[in-house]
Amino acid sequence: MQFMLLFSRQGKLRLQKWYVAHPDKLKKKITRELITTILARKPKMCSFLEWRDLKIVYKRYASLYFCCAIEQEDNELLTLEVIHRYVELLDKYFGSVCELDIIFNFEKAYFILDELLLGGEIQETSKKNVLKAIAAQDLLQEEHDKIELNGGSEETRLTRVCGRRHGRRHK
Amino acid sequence: MLLLDERQDVHLLITNCLKNDLNSTTQFVVGLALCTLGAIASPEMARDLAGEVERLMKSPNAYIRKKSALCAFRIIKRVPDLMEIFLPATRSLLSEKNHGVLITGVTLITEMCKRIVPNLVRILKNLILAGYSPEHDVSGVSDPFLQVKILKLLRVLGINDVDASEAMNDILAQVATNTETSKNVGNTILYETVLSIMDIKSEGGLRVSLAVNILGRFLLNNDKNIRYVALNTLLRTVHVDTSAVQRHRSTILECLKDPDISIRKTGNGAVVCVGQFAECQDDDEGITSDPEFKAHCSSGIVLSAERYAPNKRWHLDTLLKVLVAAGNYIRDDVISSTIQLISETTSEQAYVSLQLYKALSEDMHNRQPLTQVAVWAIGEYGDMLLQAAIEEDHNIRPPTEDEVIDVYQKLLWSPQNSVITKQYTLMSLTKLSTRFSNTNKIQQIISSFCSSLHIELQQRSVEFSQMFGKYAHLRPPLLERMPPMEVVRQSDNQINGDVSDVELKSEESSPQHITNNESNALLDLLGGSDGNFELDIIKPNSQATQSVSNSNNQDLLDLLGLDPLPSTNLPSVDIGNNMGLIIENNNSNLLPIMNNQNSNFLQGDLFNTDIVNERDVPNLVAYNKDGLKIVFSLDTVPDSNTLTINVTATNHTLSTMTEFLFQAAVPKTFQIQMLPPSGTVIGPNGHVIQVLKVVNPSKNILRMRIRLSYMIDGNPIQDQGEVNNFPTEIWD
Repeated sequence: MQFMLLFSRQGKLRLQKWYVAHPDKLKKKITRELITTILARKPKMCSFLEWRDLKIVYKRYASLYFCCAIEQEDNELLTLEVIHRYVELLDKYFGSVCELDIIFNFEKAYFILDELLLGGEIQETSKKNVLKAIAAQDLLQEEHDKIELNGGSEETRLTRVCGRRHGRRHK
Repeated sequence: MLLLDERQDVHLLITNCLKNDLNSTTQFVVGLALCTLGAIASPEMARDLAGEVERLMKSPNAYIRKKSALCAFRIIKRVPDLMEIFLPATRSLLSEKNHGVLITGVTLITEMCKRIVPNLVRILKNLILAGYSPEHDVSGVSDPFLQVKILKLLRVLGINDVDASEAMNDILAQVATNTETSKNVGNTILYETVLSIMDIKSEGGLRVSLAVNILGRFLLNNDKNIRYVALNTLLRTVHVDTSAVQRHRSTILECLKDPDISIRKTGNGAVVCVGQFAECQDDDEGITSDPEFKAHCSSGIVLSAERYAPNKRWHLDTLLKVLVAAGNYIRDDVISSTIQLISETTSEQAYVSLQLYKALSEDMHNRQPLTQVAVWAIGEYGDMLLQAAIEEDHNIRPPTEDEVIDVYQKLLWSPQNSVITKQYTLMSLTKLSTRFSNTNKIQQIISSFCSSLHIELQQRSVEFSQMFGKYAHLRPPLLERMPPMEVVRQSDNQINGDVSDVELKSEESSPQHITNNESNALLDLLGGSDGNFELDIIKPNSQATQSVSNSNNQDLLDLLGLDPLPSTNLPSVDIGNNMGLIIENNNSNLLPIMNNQNSNFLQGDLFNTDIVNERDVPNLVAYNKDGLKIVFSLDTVPDSNTLTINVTATNHTLSTMTEFLFQAAVPKTFQIQMLPPSGTVIGPNGHVIQVLKVVNPSKNILRMRIRLSYMIDGNPIQDQGEVNNFPTEIWD
């Protein structure tokens, strides 16, 4: 897999993960191009798109489009499964995930993605293991936060708490 | 080693001995032990000593490392299960510098790869047969991610490897039959399995019965994703098994009508590969609304038609259908290749031009490519068009001249047609003027464009109008039918528009040169008056041809003093001079417009004039001596008493001739005009061209004296001769 993009129906990019190095300008161009092409397609069309020398596999979940670029010899159907797996993981983690969860907790979305894919390849096929790893990381972070908060100013703490509440609101 | 091998039980007795030796501190003792083990290791022995060998593979001594690597190779061969022990150590063998270690390492890894297949097969089997494991289950399939990866690895290992493929056959069949297909996951695995089956050297039965059938099911699937994948797979596997793919032809064609571009594109790709006769014709119906796809598709169809056309007529019919169906979305290559094909297929030209005419007259959508091809064909084969009849279909009758011209008029006046199309049309119309009997209307139409706002059209129509006026006699040869185009040439046309136009001009003028051949008769006359003729000399660099030649003619006439009728001839001399001026302009690029035309549609003439020169021009050899050959090619202009002689001097020696000068004289009753030669230097096998014009008002027999001078190898050569074998009929 070369890259993965998440964008909304309005064409707003929500998450991007690049497994190949491109200059920023090119990334922007690619993103723009793909978003317009995919948004223009009708819901009943197939999920695959030939684009340059790559294949684009996309799928829409509620208001979000998940879009992956894979190489010619990769399995398109499997990529759909990967996307689905990712959605499942997000869902499990956030509890019926919605776009706002990803907007406000984008770092978590990235963490989950990083536990599922590494360098564009699947690294863990067990959902349980992925979630376990994320939970462990969360724990670690919380402990770290606690230490920091104890020493940190009241103001930063407040914003942090607000941010989290905001994010969790949709659970 | 010499006395023992693994078949004798007694060899087990040395196991311990070897073990001791492997632990020796002397490298050669260890080496010997490894050699022995490598040669006679039995499974028991291998099991016992594997640990020692693995340890030695990590030894700092390269000598021992390489031996132990091969030893490990042997052990794996005997007991594949032991492979795992060696895996960590093997990796580091490849980071060696020592070639001995490298080669043994590579050998070992190669063997491991082969051995790994059964392992993979086992894993895969466990995955399929294992019961429900909630952790890795995806809607009833256990770990599809892993399965797909293994299948992919199997494919890599199985390509071109009969043994490995053999080992995989069973499991692949098992996967293919045991996988649940109602969900996307199942199809994912099946898809990967099919790819593997097609790529490895699998049994034929497996391929056909399983892989192709699965694809067939995929193609019929309601899910568009699955259908896309199936088409894609067909595309990838078509080279392996064409016949198997053929079976799904109708389904593929069905996919062409899909509204989804992804599917249509691949479907079309598949058709291009499968590309079989009649079915292709249905493609055209599949071409619908999408411009991008139309272009893509039409090119694809044209390609496949080219490859699989059962006969020319079918091919042409298909191209015609594409032209009609794809409208304006056809790429330029289709136009030129169609034209080329028509030009090549001499037997079908009448048929095609009639069909094209029909399409053209029914065309409501201003399809530019269709129009261009159609007018090209009608222009070229207009005469055939009028007599054309289609055996199968009597409803189509050939059009009359007026009908055709009406269609043209409509085309030229229609604002929807592009300038290029109009250029095609104008050119074609001009060509028709020689094929049709009624030229008045054509002339009218063409001259109406003399005031066109578009410079190309205007210039063209002015030029063409000239062909109806003063130079009407040149029209038929100029507008001859083009010879069949060769494929290579055709591709150059588009690019070299400029160049060919220049050529065109120079060649266009050649028939005029030939007109002057009449003057050859002058020579005959000269023969009688050896004593007093003067040579008409034109220095190569003379700028003002007209004045020079005029005065020369006068001088000549005076000096020749044979039949002094000079004054009456002057008008015709003028004509000659005018023509000469035109020619000279052409040759020396004095008319810049003529050289910067980049329109395509004059190219037709270029080819025409080729034939003209070969066809109706009588040639005669005027001089042939010492490797210098001078050939006169003659052309007359009817009713004008003027003969154009195209003098070609060819150097057949191996040296270069310099300061070449050709002079000619005719009796006084004639008038001669010489145009500057194309050069004064003739390389080996090169040639120089010069044009003479002779006016013969009294229609005497022409005689001509010629004088030549040139330098070869530093020696000046001078010679003269007489030409009196001009054919008499040139004056008739």
